[in-house]
Amino acid sequence: MNTGVAFEAVWKKFSRGEKFDSLRDLIPSMATWLFSADQRNKLQKKEFWALQDVSFQVGQGESLGIIGPNGSGKSTTLKLLSGILQPDKGRLKVKGRLGALIELGAGFHPDLTGRENIYLNGTILGMNRREIDSKFEEIVEFSELKDFLDTPVKRYSSGMYARLGFSVAAHVDPDVLIVDEVLSVGDYHFQQRCFEKMKEFMRKGTSLVFVSHNMTAISTLCKSAIVLRKGQMIYQGGASQAIQAYHSFYENDRSSDHVELLEVRLRAGDGRERDVFHPGERVTFEVMLKALKPIHDAHPGLMIHTLDGQCVFVTATSRLSKKRVNLNPGETAEVVFTLDLNLQGNVFLLGFTMTPELERQGQWLYYNPNVKKVVMTDEHKSQGIVFLNPSAELFVNDVV
Amino acid sequence: MSSAALVETIEEPINEERRLLSRDLWQCKDLLFMLTWRDIKIRYKQSIMGFLWAVLMPVLVVGSGLIVMVAFSVMSGKAINKMDVLAIAVKSVPWAFVVSAVRFGTNSLTANKELVTKIYFPREILPLASVLASLFDFAIAACVLTIILCIANVGVSVYILWVPILLFLIIVLTTASCLLLSCANLFFRDVKYLVEVFLTYGIFMVPVFYSAGRMGKYGILLLLNPVGPLLEALSTTIVSHRSPSLPWLAYSAAWSFGGIAVSWLMFRKAERLFAESI
Repeated sequence: MNTGVAFEAVWKKFSRGEKFDSLRDLIPSMATWLFSADQRNKLQKKEFWALQDVSFQVGQGESLGIIGPNGSGKSTTLKLLSGILQPDKGRLKVKGRLGALIELGAGFHPDLTGRENIYLNGTILGMNRREIDSKFEEIVEFSELKDFLDTPVKRYSSGMYARLGFSVAAHVDPDVLIVDEVLSVGDYHFQQRCFEKMKEFMRKGTSLVFVSHNMTAISTLCKSAIVLRKGQMIYQGGASQAIQAYHSFYENDRSSDHVELLEVRLRAGDGRERDVFHPGERVTFEVMLKALKPIHDAHPGLMIHTLDGQCVFVTATSRLSKKRVNLNPGETAEVVFTLDLNLQGNVFLLGFTMTPELERQGQWLYYNPNVKKVVMTDEHKSQGIVFLNPSAELFVNDVV
Repeated sequence: MSSAALVETIEEPINEERRLLSRDLWQCKDLLFMLTWRDIKIRYKQSIMGFLWAVLMPVLVVGSGLIVMVAFSVMSGKAINKMDVLAIAVKSVPWAFVVSAVRFGTNSLTANKELVTKIYFPREILPLASVLASLFDFAIAACVLTIILCIANVGVSVYILWVPILLFLIIVLTTASCLLLSCANLFFRDVKYLVEVFLTYGIFMVPVFYSAGRMGKYGILLLLNPVGPLLEALSTTIVSHRSPSLPWLAYSAAWSFGGIAVSWLMFRKAERLFAESI
């Protein structure tokens, strides 16, 4: 495999708060820092590891997704790759020219016009002026901002800003492209074109490292992925497995000190427990729970997600009945939801939540998007994630 | 593709601090040019005076110098000499360059926080670009000054050949200060205020309004500031047609080259901390 990017046992530490508090501390520390050996391997007080022993490789023309919750080290990884940050331990290699979409239009100056900013940002991203000259038309065309080229970018909307930013960055012709969560701005149409452009790069042999919270984007763009959590790599493998791993660690992470689930069952119409259902089947979802702390007026809820994290369905007892859950520690209760599983052709995650009384909504007593997996079969009547029980009739009219 | 050269060089691990100064900067010459151009363009965008500002600033310095001179001449009873006025002008223009370059240079990294934290390129480009942008202003002012000197008929001597060397030393010295101060200001914003105070009152600490000779035995204090001997040398060579003081020139040159070596080293060492410390 021709390696485009290699990350070899990389460690990176950050400091909480400021490193020096006053000018008085500076001079002695400057002196020790200039003349003493590296202290890179040790943690000083107030420091923590933002990345610990992370290793991965991306071959040419391959793509790697990085997923994880906020603060898990995703952006740090990208900044290390782009050379903005330097690792404290370990080595990293980037082969060829690197294009970094960490923030679109970061090099733009608001007072300069679109045309001027194309040149400015282009050189900042590593092109020379002759190169920009030759690609200028293409850049303008991709951005669809021909009429606003001589307008200062401070008058641009945020979507226009992002479009121009991506257009410049996309024409750097990188050998390695790293993309942070930047495509969330811009309309759907433009996002699609950005994805197309990234796929085109990969066909040409560009390695892609992609960070996103959008699991659908990860699973369409990336073959493999890693999951980061608190600076550690907790999973490395295929993209869809990584997404599952991400969800399942979320599950462990969501253990609650208010409620413990004793049993979760999914029953078909005949009362039997099953995991596989046909589209449209009516099922009961039963949860046995035990209170660990006193619970007043709580609302149990049900939610359904796709494997790539898209929410399909949410409901709660507060919307369905007036009953609320009141429990003393140690008492148990059973919650039963009955619903039509109008889903098809995929694996879905059933989740369970407990919210306290309405005023404090959003504060979970219990939250777990994945207490049960359900496999929905495909009836070949239709495609997509929902099953709307279609039928069709044809009326052929005689030509008069 | 014309970027073939670039591809080759980034092939080695970028975290190993093996970047060669000359090659690195040469590769980024377009970037240096664009950032300089940006700094110049922005300085005069949405201003009616535009490039006239580049001339106006030194004119103001010369004007205040004149007031100081009038005060001197009233006190000492000596009439104002045309040559003294020209000497002030010759020293003010480069001093105005030093002031503007150091002011912009000190803030160059913090003012471009977006770039420092989001995109990688050799960071020295930022202070260098602000020196170059100020140099552009200096060039305009210097042209005007040359015309004035011709009209005033100062004459030319062989000593004028010193001028490029002197200007070079001033630029090197200024660049060294900018590298050091921009880096220091990134870690400690106190630096910005210290620099501002120094630049405001600095004109009294360098021999711009008066020559070091006028201060008698205390003149040496004015020359200890390495910019001092260079400014003095400019007026000696251009206006007085004499050879500059070589020992003092050597002193300033030592500061310039020593300064640039030390500050560049510091800058390189500190560079890896920029993004997380800014």
